[in-house]
Amino acid sequence: MGKTFEKPEALSDAHTHYCPGCTHGIIHRLVAEVIDELGVRKRTVGIAPVGCAVLAYNYFTCDFQEAAHGRAPAMATGIKRVRPDLIVFTYQGDGDLASIGMGEIIHAANRGEKFVTIFVNNAVYGMTGGQMAPTTMPGQRTTTSPAGRNVEEVGMPIKVANLLAALQTPAYITRQSVLKPKHIIQAKKAIKKAFTYQIEKKCFSLVEVISTCPTNWGLTPVESIKWAEETLLPYYELGELKTPE
Amino acid sequence: MRKVLMKGNEAIGEAAIRAGCLNYFAYPITPQSEVAEYLSHRMPEVGGVFLQGESEVAVGYMIFGASGCGERVFTTSSSPGISLMSEAISYIASAQCPAVFVNIIRGGPGLGGILPSQGDYFQATKGGGHGDYRLLVMAPASVQEAVEMVMEAFPLAEKYRNPVMILGDGLIGQMMEPVEFPEHLSSKPTNKDDWATTGMDTRKSDKPNVVKTLFLDAKVLNNLNLTLKAKYDRMKKEEVRYEPYNIDSDYKVLIVSYGTMSRVCKTAVDNLKEEGFEVGMIRPQTLFPFPETAINEAAGKKSCKTVVSIEMSMGQMVEDVERSVLGKRPVEWYGKCGGEVPTPEEVMEVLREFGK
Ligand SMILES: Cc1ncc(C[n+]2csc(CCOP(=O)(O)OP(=O)(O)O)c2C)c(N)n1
Ligand code: SF4
Repeated sequence: MGKTFEKPEALSDAHTHYCPGCTHGIIHRLVAEVIDELGVRKRTVGIAPVGCAVLAYNYFTCDFQEAAHGRAPAMATGIKRVRPDLIVFTYQGDGDLASIGMGEIIHAANRGEKFVTIFVNNAVYGMTGGQMAPTTMPGQRTTTSPAGRNVEEVGMPIKVANLLAALQTPAYITRQSVLKPKHIIQAKKAIKKAFTYQIEKKCFSLVEVISTCPTNWGLTPVESIKWAEETLLPYYELGELKTPE
Repeated sequence: MRKVLMKGNEAIGEAAIRAGCLNYFAYPITPQSEVAEYLSHRMPEVGGVFLQGESEVAVGYMIFGASGCGERVFTTSSSPGISLMSEAISYIASAQCPAVFVNIIRGGPGLGGILPSQGDYFQATKGGGHGDYRLLVMAPASVQEAVEMVMEAFPLAEKYRNPVMILGDGLIGQMMEPVEFPEHLSSKPTNKDDWATTGMDTRKSDKPNVVKTLFLDAKVLNNLNLTLKAKYDRMKKEEVRYEPYNIDSDYKVLIVSYGTMSRVCKTAVDNLKEEGFEVGMIRPQTLFPFPETAINEAAGKKSCKTVVSIEMSMGQMVEDVERSVLGKRPVEWYGKCGGEVPTPEEVMEVLREFGK
């Protein structure tokens, strides 16, 4: 009998630094599987954000650049413009992309830069210890919103995928999650579609992935999945928001 | 090649193309927007990349991304824009990528004004961004020299895998002067296989290249800083450039002046010579590395009583001049900023005063 399951070639053997139950690892694996299946590892350049995924280059076996906080879409633009033959993806958290880097992502999407953005939305700043993010839910307690996010003061959480889908430039914009196996299967399909659009030089793609941060949510991994399903999914609805066709 | 009459900003754009740099990202700002305007049609003509970014912050990282791929890339901006790019410049220096930044300085601080100034001397030579890095800074005094320096900047950036800055002022950018373009540069960036994210299939080794600036281990980070320092020390040995002027005379006063300001000073030196008052001048062409030894030796000449730093800023370069003269002679400063370039008469007046 042949092997039925193995580590994608695009993933390294490095031990993970992600916390137990964190879904960053699942998303890494999906991206790596897609890179393998499309056979593009040797011409791929990933861009790590500033956030928990800053060390992403330790886990992937393709070329990588590490951006400053929020600037991955500008770096991806620089790479893609001077080397359009490379396959480029950014991997960014919600503080990175939706707060400090909001300008860069909107303009890259609007120019129709032909790269893929994997946007990991865990409703909190993970790396710096659980501060409020632009995606933090109303009433959600964080280390900088100890009484819960007060929307009177700081507004409602930003639905990034919806915001980008409103741009007139053709793009592939989708929101997925990795909370349950059925979600993971869908998320992988979306990531593959996004990379395929890039290979076909078609459009910019953003795959928002609803993710967990058990450490900063103060929940167990299992509770985290439940909380995300009950709290995040009703607000951040899953599905395709825009396709280039 | 024959001489052509060209505006400094456009000549800078053309020089980059002739240096084999076909990638340009920029954000408009006076007094250098003509570079972007020129390259918006020139780059497509030569099959190059022209992109107007959404901000200087983004442009800084477009440059970083492109240089991380080992491609020749450059941008031009003016003071407030360079402030915004300074974050990226620090990252590019840390990641040891080559790139060229042109700053056509305008008056500051803040929005300042749009007229020529040399107020960004500290920013260019002492930092601007965070951390222990240096830029190789070249300061042209004419459109011709701007062209030559831009063309030299790319191989230098590649030699050191470090950003190079061309520090001009609004006058260099706006002035029309005859220029003769050197031959197209034939050298290509080398050795990028070891570090650039060119895509693994372009290289023999099966090791991914990672362009990064995070080094959490104290020893590793210290070692990176030692590597950077060794490069800056090598620049100090190999790249110092300056032009001596009237230095064989028995000058009473020694001027140190660069860029547009040095041209005014030259006229003042010539005029004073006719009056029988000898003034020598050292014009730094590189601001980092700074011609410390040349200034120190020139200051030591027996006839020399005073050294004066003449700059279109409120006493910035004078600190490096003091550092070079090492107390051998009194060091004075004269300057103006805000956009008014001191006239030869004003400079002569000041020199007569210092020469008393
Ligand atoms: C310019 C700058 N400002 C602030 C920081 C500090 N910082 C590091 S990571 C981070 C937040 C990351 O959160 P997110 O993007 O949500 O990613 P996560 O860690 O949750 O995956 C911040 C604020 C920084 N590195 N650089
Ligand atoms: S802090 Fe949160 S996002 Fe970061 S690795 Fe831990 S669980 Fe994951």
